[in-house]
Amino acid sequence: MENQDTKEMDSLQVILDRIPFIDFIGARFDLSGGELVSTLPFDCTLIGNGFINALHGGAIASFLETTAQIELAWYLETKNFSSERAEPIKLPKTIDFTVDYIYSGKAKQSFAKAVVNRSGKRYASLSVEAWQDRREQPFAKAIGHFLIPK
Amino acid sequence: MNLKLVKKNKHIIEFFDQLPFNKLIGISLISVGDSRAEMSVAYNGRLIGDSVSRVIHGGVITTLIDAACGAAVMSAGMSKFPTATIDLRIDYLRPANPGETIIANAHCYKMTSSVAFVRAEAIDDNERDPVALASGAFTSPS
Repeated sequence: MENQDTKEMDSLQVILDRIPFIDFIGARFDLSGGELVSTLPFDCTLIGNGFINALHGGAIASFLETTAQIELAWYLETKNFSSERAEPIKLPKTIDFTVDYIYSGKAKQSFAKAVVNRSGKRYASLSVEAWQDRREQPFAKAIGHFLIPK
Repeated sequence: MNLKLVKKNKHIIEFFDQLPFNKLIGISLISVGDSRAEMSVAYNGRLIGDSVSRVIHGGVITTLIDAACGAAVMSAGMSKFPTATIDLRIDYLRPANPGETIIANAHCYKMTSSVAFVRAEAIDDNERDPVALASGAFTSPS
C-alpha cells in the first residue's frame, strides 16, 4: 500500500522536474508537516560581489521567485489532490515580482518560505522571505503576482 | 572619448565579466557608458522555467536586468566601487521566445548622493515587443 507521504513527495517532484532552472541554481524543496521550505546551499558560483562575498541579487531573486512559484503550484495541486491528474500540470506564470534587498546575503546556506496571500480564479498574490541565520531576520523579501492556469 | 572615461568603463567591464553568478548564467556585457549598459544571455536548456514550453525562467531575466542595472549605475557614478540593489521590480510582459538570446538595456536616469534610479527592458529577437520591463533603486557608489 502506497504511503501518503511518498505520494505527496512524488507529486511535488513532478512539479520540480518541470522547472530545470531550480536544479540549475541548486535549490532544494522539503515538505515536512505540510510545510514547504526551500533551501539554497551555498556555492561560490552564486556570488555577486567578490569584495564582500555577497550573494548575487539575481541569485536571490531567482531563489525567491522559484520558492513562490512552487508554493503556489503545490497549493493548487493539494487543493485538487486526487489520484488522477491531468497531465501535464499547468504551472502558474509570474506577472510581476518585486524584491526588497534588506541585507546582503552572506556566503552560506539560505532558506526561503512563501505564503499565499490570495489565490483566486485567475490571479494569485504571494509573499516570500529568505533568511540565513535567523528566520526573524530575513535578508530579502519579495512580493509576486501570478497568473493561475486555466 | 577621454582617457579617464575609457579607463572607468574598462574597470566596470572587468568587474562584471568575473562575477561568478553572471558567468554561471552566461551573461555577457555588450556595452557600458554614459549611464547605460547592455548585456545579453544566450539561450541555454538548463535555464528553462517550464520544460513543456521551453521558455527561459523569469529569474534569468531578473539576473540579466539586475546585472545591467548595476553596470549602468557604475557607469553613472563617479567612483570605481560597485553598487548594491536596494529594490527591483520586474513586470513580465510576455514569455521570451525559446531559443533566442535575451538582451537587457538599462539606464540610470537619476543619481543622488545616496540613491541611483534605474529603468531597464529585456528583449528577445522581437525588439518592438519587450519581454520584461523593470525599475529599481540601487546604492550610489561611493
